[in-house]
Amino acid sequence: MTSLLIVIVLVLLGIAIWQLTKIFDLTQIGTAVNGDSEVANDRDNNVNGYLMFAFLGFIYVFTIYSLVKWGHLALGTPASEHGPQYDNLMTISLVLIFIVQTITQFLLHYFAFKYRGKKGQVAFYYADNDKLEFVWTIIPVIVLAGLILYGLYAWTNIMFVDENKEDTIVVELYAKQFSWEARYAGEDGVLGKANVRYIEGVNTLGVDMSDPNAQDDIQSTELHLPKGKQVIFKFRSQDVLHSAYMPHFRAQMNVVPGMVTQFAFTPTITTEEMRLDPKIMDKVANINKIRSEKSADLIADGGEALSPYTFDYLLLCNKICGASHYNMQMKIVVEDEADFNKWLGEKKTLGAAVKESQASEAPAEAAPAPATEEQEAATVIDSTVVDHK
Amino acid sequence: MSAVGHEIHGHDDHGHHKETFITKYIFSIDHKMIAKQYLLTGVVMGIIGIVMSLLFRMQIAWPEESFTIFKVLLGDKFAPGGVMRNDIYLALVTIHGTIMVFFVLTAGLSGTFSNLLIPLQIGARDMASGFMNMISYWLFFLSSVIMVISLFVEAGPASAGWTIYPPLSALPQAIGGSGAGMTLWLVSMAIFIASSLMGSLNYVVTVINLRTKGMSMTRLPLTIWAFFITAVIGIVSFPVLLSAALLLIFDRSFGTSFFLSDIFIAGDVLHYQGGSPVLFEHLFWFLGHPEVYIVLLPALGITSEIIATNSRKPIFGYRAMIASILAIAFLSTIVWGHHMFVSGMNPFLGSVFTFTTLLIAIPSAVKAFNYITTLWRGNLQMNPAMLFSIGLVSTFITGGLTGIILGDSTLDINVHDTYFVVAHFHLVMGISALYGMFAGIYHWFPKMFGTMMNKNLGYIHFWVTAVCAYGVFFPMHFIGMAGLPRRYYTNSAFPLFDDLADVNVIITMFAIIGAAFQLVFLWNFFYSIFKGKKAPQNPWRSNTLEWTTPVEHIHGNWPGEIPEVYRWPYDYSKPGHDEDFVPQTVPMKPNEEQLHH
Repeated sequence: MTSLLIVIVLVLLGIAIWQLTKIFDLTQIGTAVNGDSEVANDRDNNVNGYLMFAFLGFIYVFTIYSLVKWGHLALGTPASEHGPQYDNLMTISLVLIFIVQTITQFLLHYFAFKYRGKKGQVAFYYADNDKLEFVWTIIPVIVLAGLILYGLYAWTNIMFVDENKEDTIVVELYAKQFSWEARYAGEDGVLGKANVRYIEGVNTLGVDMSDPNAQDDIQSTELHLPKGKQVIFKFRSQDVLHSAYMPHFRAQMNVVPGMVTQFAFTPTITTEEMRLDPKIMDKVANINKIRSEKSADLIADGGEALSPYTFDYLLLCNKICGASHYNMQMKIVVEDEADFNKWLGEKKTLGAAVKESQASEAPAEAAPAPATEEQEAATVIDSTVVDHK
Repeated sequence: MSAVGHEIHGHDDHGHHKETFITKYIFSIDHKMIAKQYLLTGVVMGIIGIVMSLLFRMQIAWPEESFTIFKVLLGDKFAPGGVMRNDIYLALVTIHGTIMVFFVLTAGLSGTFSNLLIPLQIGARDMASGFMNMISYWLFFLSSVIMVISLFVEAGPASAGWTIYPPLSALPQAIGGSGAGMTLWLVSMAIFIASSLMGSLNYVVTVINLRTKGMSMTRLPLTIWAFFITAVIGIVSFPVLLSAALLLIFDRSFGTSFFLSDIFIAGDVLHYQGGSPVLFEHLFWFLGHPEVYIVLLPALGITSEIIATNSRKPIFGYRAMIASILAIAFLSTIVWGHHMFVSGMNPFLGSVFTFTTLLIAIPSAVKAFNYITTLWRGNLQMNPAMLFSIGLVSTFITGGLTGIILGDSTLDINVHDTYFVVAHFHLVMGISALYGMFAGIYHWFPKMFGTMMNKNLGYIHFWVTAVCAYGVFFPMHFIGMAGLPRRYYTNSAFPLFDDLADVNVIITMFAIIGAAFQLVFLWNFFYSIFKGKKAPQNPWRSNTLEWTTPVEHIHGNWPGEIPEVYRWPYDYSKPGHDEDFVPQTVPMKPNEEQLHH
C-alpha cells in the first residue's frame, strides 16, 4: 500500500514538474514560435553542460558511498586453497576497472561540460588519427594479455584436478527439487555406480547396489569436509539443472541430469576457525543486530522472534530450478580430519542401510518380477563417469 | 545498382493510387509506417516489461508482503491475498527478460530504426521488398499477442528464466509455467524468429542493392553500418535458436530425448535417455550471445550518428568504427561459451572462450575512446538525443568493464548467476540499448511524426533516468559480490543475506522512481505526436539524406529524383564552408579536399 502511495506521489511530482516546464515555455513565447524552439539553445547547452559535470560528481560520490557503505558486504576470507589466488585475480581486475572507469568517465563528462555549445564556437574538424587509434588499441591488448594469462593459469590450476593426489576424498553431491544430499565414497575411495532408475525406498540416490563399490558408500544430508584434504565433488541431479554454489570456497559447478560434473577444492579453514575470523565476526554481529530489530517488530505484531544467526558455510542452488529455488540449501561443516572421521564412522554404510530397510519391509513384497528388472537394467547407463560434453 | 531501385519505385509509387485507412495505417508496405508500427508495439511491450520488473523488485525488497497492486495486476490466483506466489515471481522474471530482450530491444529498437532509416539514409524509395516487410511486422505483432496471451494461462506463463533451460522448461511437473505457458512461449518465439529473419534479409538486401548514386559503402552513415551488420548477425544466429526451440518442442510434445536424460521427478522415472541439457545451452547461447550485440550495435550506430551531429564534428575514426563493428560482430559469434564456464563443459573450452571473450574488449574500447574524442573540442548541442547518447557511452563503459571479470572463466566461478551478472548486463546492454532507443526516438521523432518533442520534458526524462539507472544497477555489484544468487523469490531463507536487505530496498526505490519518470517520456511522446510543434525540415542541421525528404511523409520518400551523394556524412564544421554542416548532397567544391580517410 505504501508503495502505491509512493508511486502516486511520484506521478504527481512528475505532473508538477511538467507544469513548471510549461510555465518556462510560456515565458519564452515570442522568441521562437515554430519547432526550432525545441532545439537546444545556448541556455540549454549551458545548463546541461553543467549538469554533465555534476553527474560526474554523482558517479564519483555514489561509487565512494557504495564502497564505504557496502564494500564490507563482499565475501571475506576465502576458505579454500585456491581461494586466495581467486581473490587476488579479482582484486587486480577490480582495481584496474576502477582506474579505467574513473578516467574514462572523467574524460567523457568533462568534455561534455567543457565543449558545451556556444554561439560562435567552432568545432575542430578532426576526423582521424592513426597514431591515437593505435595507442588505444594496443593498450587494451597489453593489459588484456596480462589478465588472460593470469586468468588461464588460475583456471588451469582450479579445473584440472589431480585425481591421484594423496589426501583426496571423493564426495558425490546429489541435487533434486529442492534439496541436496551427499554420498561419500567410503573406505575404498570409489563411489558405487548409480542411475535414477535404481531409486527405491531408502536408496534415494539410485545407487546400483549390485556394484561392490557401492556397499561402503555413506549417504548424508549434511556436508562434512575434512580440513586440508582435497575434496573431489561429483555432481548428479535427478530432475532439472541445479548449480552447486559454495561462495565461501569460491566454488561453483552446474549439476546436470544425465551426466556427472566435477569440481575440486581443498578446504583450509574449519567452521570453528572461520567463526573467529574478524570479518565474519563483524558480519555476524551486524546481521544479528538487524535480526533483533526485526524480531522486535515481529513480537510487536504478535509473531515469533527470529533465532540468532551463527555462521555456517553453505551450499546454495544457483541455477533456477523451480518454485522453491530460493530455499535449496545444505549446511557445510569443515572440521579437522579426526572429527571428520569420527562423524563419518558413526554413519551407516549404504549397504547396511538398504539391507536393514529390506528386512523391515513386508516379506511378501520382497520379490519383484525379475524379468522387468533385467529389462530395465539393460537401459541403465553408468552415470558416475565424468564426460565432458 | 541503385538505378534498379529508381525504376521500380520511381514511376508508379508516388501515392497516385488511392490509399485507404487499412492500406495506409494497418497493412502498410511503406517502410516509414512499418517503422512506426514497430515503435508503438515496442513501446507497449516495454511498458508491460517494465511494470513486471517493478512487481518483482517490490517482492524482493519487501518479501512476501501483501500489496494491493499485486492483487489488482496479478489477480487473486497469482497473488493470493496480495502476496505474490513464488512460481509467479519466476514467471515475471522470465517474461520481463523475454519481452525486454526480444520484443523491445530487438524488434522495437532494430525494427523501428532499421526500417525508418535504411531507405531514408541510403537514398532508396522503400525497402527491397515492402510486402515482406509488412509480413515481418505482422508476424512480430502476432508473436507479441501470443506472448501476452501466455500471461493468462491458468498454470502461469513460462517460468524457467528467459534462457528456458531444459529440463525445467520441458517438464510441467517441475514448474507450473512449463505447461501451456511454455508452449505458447515457444510458438511465440518461433514466429518472432521468422519475423526477425524476414526483416534482416530485407535490411541486408536493401543496403547492398538500393544505395543511391554516389553512396559507396564508405559513405554510409554509421547507423546503416550498424543496422547492416546487426541484420547479418541475426541471419547467422537466430535460426540456431529456432532449431533449439523446435527440438525442445519435440522433447516436450513428441517424446524425443534431445535435451533430456535420466530423469526422476514426482516419484516417476521418465523415459528420456541420452540427451543433454548442455547441448541446449550451446544452441541457445549461439544465438543468445550474438543477441546481446543485435541489441547493442543498433544503439551504438544511432549514438555515433547523434554524437557526430550534435558535436558539430565528424565522428572520430570512421573507418576504425566500421572495423570495430565488424570485429565485434565476428567475435560475438565465437564467445557464447562464456555463459557456460560452470555448465560442466570441458574446462579446456572454458580457456578458449575466455580468450575470445576478452578480445571483445579491444574493439569496444576503441569505440568508447572514439566517442570521447569526438566530443573533444566540439560545439556540443545538448539536445535530449545527445544527452541519451552520452549517457549510453557512460553506461556502456561502466557495464562493459565488469565484463572483464565475467568473461574470465576463473572469476566467473564465484559471481556466475549472482546479482553481479544482473548489474553487468543490465548496464551494458539493457540500459545502454534503451538509451540508444530513447536517443533515436528524440532525434528522429520529427522525421517520423513531423512534429517536435518537448525538450524540457526530455531533459527531465534523461537526468532522472540517468541517476536512477545507476541507483538501480550499481549497488547490485556489491550484493553480487556478497554471493547473492539471482532469481531468488526472497532472500529470507538465508540469514547470511540479511544484511543485504536494505540495499535491495534502495534498489527498488530507485527502480520505482525511474519507472515513474518514464511517464514523462510517454506523455511527451504521445502528446507531441498530436500536438507537438511542427518540425522544420532539418531541425538538427544534419548531413544525412533523410533530412532532405519533405516533413510530410510521401510514399517513395522524395517527390522528385532521388538525390545524388557526393561526400561522406560527417562533414561537420569543415574548414572552407560557411555553415557548420555540409549535407551529403552538396557537391565537392572545385578545390575541396577530402580531409578524412
